[in-house]
Amino acid sequence: MPGVSMTVNGKAVSGEVEARTLLVHFLRENLRLTGTHVGCDTSQCGACVVHVNGKAVKSCTMLALQADGAQVTTIEGLAKNGELHPVQAAFKEHHGLQCGFCTPGMIMTAVDMIRRLPDLDETTIRQQLEGNLCRCTGYQNIVKAIHAASLEMKGARA
Amino acid sequence: MYQFNYLRPKSLDEAKKLYENNGDAKFLAGGQTLIPTLKQRLAQPTALIDIGGIAGLAGIKVAGGAIVIGAGTRHNDVAISADVKKSIPALAHLASHIGDPAVRHMGTLGGSIANNDPAADYPSAVLALGADIKTTSRTIKADDFFTGMFETALDEGEIVTEVSFPIPEKAAYMKFPNPASRYAMVGVFVAKTKGGVRVAVTGAASCVYRESAMEAALAKAFTPDAVANIKVSPGNLNSDLHGSAEYRAHLVTVMAKRAVAAAT
Ligand SMILES: Cc1cc2nc3c(=O)[nH]c(=O)nc-3n(C[C@H](O)[C@H](O)[C@H](O)COP(=O)(O)OP(=O)(O)OC[C@H]3O[C@@H](n4cnc5c(N)ncnc54)[C@H](O)[C@@H]3O)c2cc1C
Ligand code: FES
Ligand code: FES
Repeated sequence: MPGVSMTVNGKAVSGEVEARTLLVHFLRENLRLTGTHVGCDTSQCGACVVHVNGKAVKSCTMLALQADGAQVTTIEGLAKNGELHPVQAAFKEHHGLQCGFCTPGMIMTAVDMIRRLPDLDETTIRQQLEGNLCRCTGYQNIVKAIHAASLEMKGARA
Repeated sequence: MYQFNYLRPKSLDEAKKLYENNGDAKFLAGGQTLIPTLKQRLAQPTALIDIGGIAGLAGIKVAGGAIVIGAGTRHNDVAISADVKKSIPALAHLASHIGDPAVRHMGTLGGSIANNDPAADYPSAVLALGADIKTTSRTIKADDFFTGMFETALDEGEIVTEVSFPIPEKAAYMKFPNPASRYAMVGVFVAKTKGGVRVAVTGAASCVYRESAMEAALAKAFTPDAVANIKVSPGNLNSDLHGSAEYRAHLVTVMAKRAVAAAT
């Protein structure tokens, strides 16, 4: 089986995979990083979103081998020294989750959109969430949480 | 997914050789169409030749009155390119509305036009702007490239390397997205070019096409009113659970009108 190496949440990892192994399965099954979820079979739900070389991608729609040599960040890599990332804290504060299944993907998508678009408004947040489905919340509090986090992170940078 | 071999060539020559020596191989670019297809076991290639590692296949440059975009350029990079936004804002707008952010971080221009999904966005821009498609063996005119549903003029093993979009006087793209998939129910790309007005329609029929009655009317007067009363025949249009042919025919006129009004 082909070998694959990458950096996941700052740690060098490697393993053997089948060519057809998806990145999400490498993360969940080889590395036991089960925070990244699989919610669909059709690349539509976004529960699997991780960052590859700093960009949000659907890890169910990428081969592990395509990420060979890449820097990967998963939901497990966001909190630092036991402290939640501002987006995680905002989801908690604003009740941005119910069952929590979509949450890792929502948060990874949110962190990516805040990085790309520092001046987020509600409409933009909703457009940017196009690839993330939530079956519980009705999105209202997810949008609120992302907006609050973006303002807080902007404040922190200023 | 069925089993396959994964190969990652460093050059186009190597990619071509691997293709010739690997039976039923397929090129892999952003994977945003091919991987979902493989997951559904709708294809069974023996090898995937990942062209994502070939240097020089991605990039955007302005040259000779055109914007030249490498086939490996991701949708998001087209959407945020200062050069594209300045010279062909309609193209940046189109790219920024493909799928969702994660799809736009991976999906490529070359993959989109090689796939030629009847509801894909890029083919309408390529056709309306009269772009040239450069491949590993020749240059193909937009009017000759899209030959049918998921069909193009590309030969076996031929790789799209770049697309050259002549800068128009004015252009705009208006899409009525399918509310679930964001692919075009109907998308209309209108361009006022040196060679005349071109109107390309995607999503409505089995393949992107030019709406010649609208082109003729807009050549006389480039105003929304010029197309407002043109009735598109539903005869050859798609009818499915998302909308009837009559509905799509109506949308073509509405989207064309809006595109002309928005053209810059
Ligand atoms: C959830 C979701 C939503 C989407 N929404 C939209 C949308 O709204 N509008 C839209 O237009 N598209 C949409 N797409 C499709 C997306 O734009 C794809 O990225 C694109 O169609 C294919 O590009 P790719 O680079 O991912 O190609 P791949 O999936 O890697 O390849 C597609 C095909 O093209 C061939 N190919 C790739 N590159 C080349 C090349 N340079 N030369 C020759 N052949 C090549 C491959 O062999 C394969 O057959 C969506 C996809 C997903 C998953
Ligand atoms: S699991 Fe990746 S998009 Fe649904
Ligand atoms: S919180 Fe349950 S799917 Fe979003």
